[in-house]
Amino acid sequence: MARALEKYLRPQVKATPFCPGCGHGVLLGLILRAIEGLEQEGRLAWSEMLFVSGIGCAAWIPSPNFKADTLHTLHGRAVAFAVGAKAANPALKVMVVSGDGDLASIGGNHLIQAARRGNDLTVVCANNQIYGMTGGQVAPTTPVNLPTATTPGGNPYRPFDLCKLVEAAGASYVARGSVTRPYDLIDYLSRGLTTPGFSFIEVLSPCPTQFGRRQRLDSAAAMFDHLRETCRYYVETEPEAETPAGGFLLGEFVHGR
Amino acid sequence: MPSRTAQPLLPPGPRYLSGNEAAAEGALAAGCRLYAGYPITPSSEIMERMAARLPEIDGAFLQMEDEIASISAVVGGSWSGSKSMTATSGPGLSLMQECLGYAAFTETPLVLIDVQRAGPCTGQATKVGGGDIMAVKYGSHGDYQVVAFSPWSVAEMFSLTVEAFNWSERLRVPAFLLAEEATGHLRERVDIPETVELYERDYRPGEAPFGHPEADGVPSMPRFGQGENLMVTGSTHDDWGFRKTEDPVVQDRLVRRLNQKVLSRADDLCRYEGYELDDAELVVVAYGFTARAALRAVRLARAQGVKAGLLRLITIWPFCSRPLAELAGRGASFLAPEMNLGQVAGLVRQAAQGRPVHELTQVNGRSIAPRAILQKIGEVL
Repeated sequence: MARALEKYLRPQVKATPFCPGCGHGVLLGLILRAIEGLEQEGRLAWSEMLFVSGIGCAAWIPSPNFKADTLHTLHGRAVAFAVGAKAANPALKVMVVSGDGDLASIGGNHLIQAARRGNDLTVVCANNQIYGMTGGQVAPTTPVNLPTATTPGGNPYRPFDLCKLVEAAGASYVARGSVTRPYDLIDYLSRGLTTPGFSFIEVLSPCPTQFGRRQRLDSAAAMFDHLRETCRYYVETEPEAETPAGGFLLGEFVHGR
Repeated sequence: MPSRTAQPLLPPGPRYLSGNEAAAEGALAAGCRLYAGYPITPSSEIMERMAARLPEIDGAFLQMEDEIASISAVVGGSWSGSKSMTATSGPGLSLMQECLGYAAFTETPLVLIDVQRAGPCTGQATKVGGGDIMAVKYGSHGDYQVVAFSPWSVAEMFSLTVEAFNWSERLRVPAFLLAEEATGHLRERVDIPETVELYERDYRPGEAPFGHPEADGVPSMPRFGQGENLMVTGSTHDDWGFRKTEDPVVQDRLVRRLNQKVLSRADDLCRYEGYELDDAELVVVAYGFTARAALRAVRLARAQGVKAGLLRLITIWPFCSRPLAELAGRGASFLAPEMNLGQVAGLVRQAAQGRPVHELTQVNGRSIAPRAILQKIGEVL
């Protein structure tokens, strides 16, 4: 963590809770960099921020690390808590940071309903494509055929395309980035925070501990390489760009509506 | 404790309201400025009145996607500084249970009005029931406390909603108005008071928001946006909100304080009324809508020369054992008529020091008639 960003961290927090090779620490830094940039441009103040998270590894990105108001909620319910907090005090700038299992499985209805209503929130979904904290069970974002703790014969189901899901539900800003391409993500996070209405940023974040080791990607380097090799940029003139198997389209899919 | 005198939004004087409408007006008089809910019979009139009234006073009304989201938004709204509430009925109450535990454990003030219908499950959605007594207290996992009041009139739908807010804010605890369909849909006179006494949340800048030096203390209640850098979490936490998920001392101390802060104030919380108790040999213990029939039955019994009395419980949680123990000590026996299979009768039995406790249970979706209670009085004496 760059020294300049320490002002945003609680001094009592001395160590990361994340596994070696986890992408969530990178994402933590990118969120702070995005906010620092907006602060320098006078477009946002740290003191306005409220960070809301659910349950799971990604929920620990803001809580307790960020020296701000943080609301660490129930599994799946972060968006619903955030809607109430924002309604009672519209001056708050509310960012939800949680994982794919939390936001898209147990909390899936809250996610799409908030997108439909256009609640003024920025939702950051750290997608590691598996349940990490509970030990590598299949998630609604797990690729087909991947063996997991609860699909030992391989996942028989298709994963959600989370960006298409929230886009269809009416989100105002939708983007997908990867922690392997951090500068793009700083842009997406900044635009999400400054676009009125419901903003959604999906962040591909490697989980060597639970996701990688089930497909021989059990080092941080192997997972980073895999993400780099399988992601393609979304180009509006060629929206159907082919991605390699297991890959993702990265880019901004909706910007302001 | 910070308190103030406030004027209800309605002009003072008599009104003719339904119980659900009166509860909404009581909430507004208490200073409620955020409602989040999901439609469910027989409580929906509360939500509809809040939907009409809150925008008039710059409050926030949210119809959420389900009851889980509703109570979650209420907790979020409460931490943003608004007195916040929801209302529901049986199935919705079941969905809210996990977050009810979150509110108890994070010491979040909120009010939940449960307009009880005939359960279990979907049951008879439009018919009266009283089977949620245990569900509001024990429905979420782990050891925690709630405050619950049981109104017997439209007037009390107003006044006890104010009281629920006051205790919720004062103790930082979820508070229930444990109403019944019959009272929610009853229309009768309610006198809107000139003023109401309100407790306001006690914020002491810089103090620990999740701990107190006293074993039953209530911590300072800040809100988001004050620069306190709050850490609200449903995990076990220290006085400042840091997660302490492996520390046995922190866990034990926190759970005990959260229970003690309510139980040590049980005498202050305990509200009840007595009718014809001075020489009563049989005490009818009733609450809510059933207490109306019980009072009629006691009057009819007295006219026949039977020494019956009524103890009307207003506070249900924490349970008022003291008046029951005193009556038992005088040699009274008890009859508990209920729209459930004896949920309060069991609590009466614990307090009755071995004196007989008779039950009159009715779970047919109808309110208990005075003659049924009168007949039972004749049988047990």
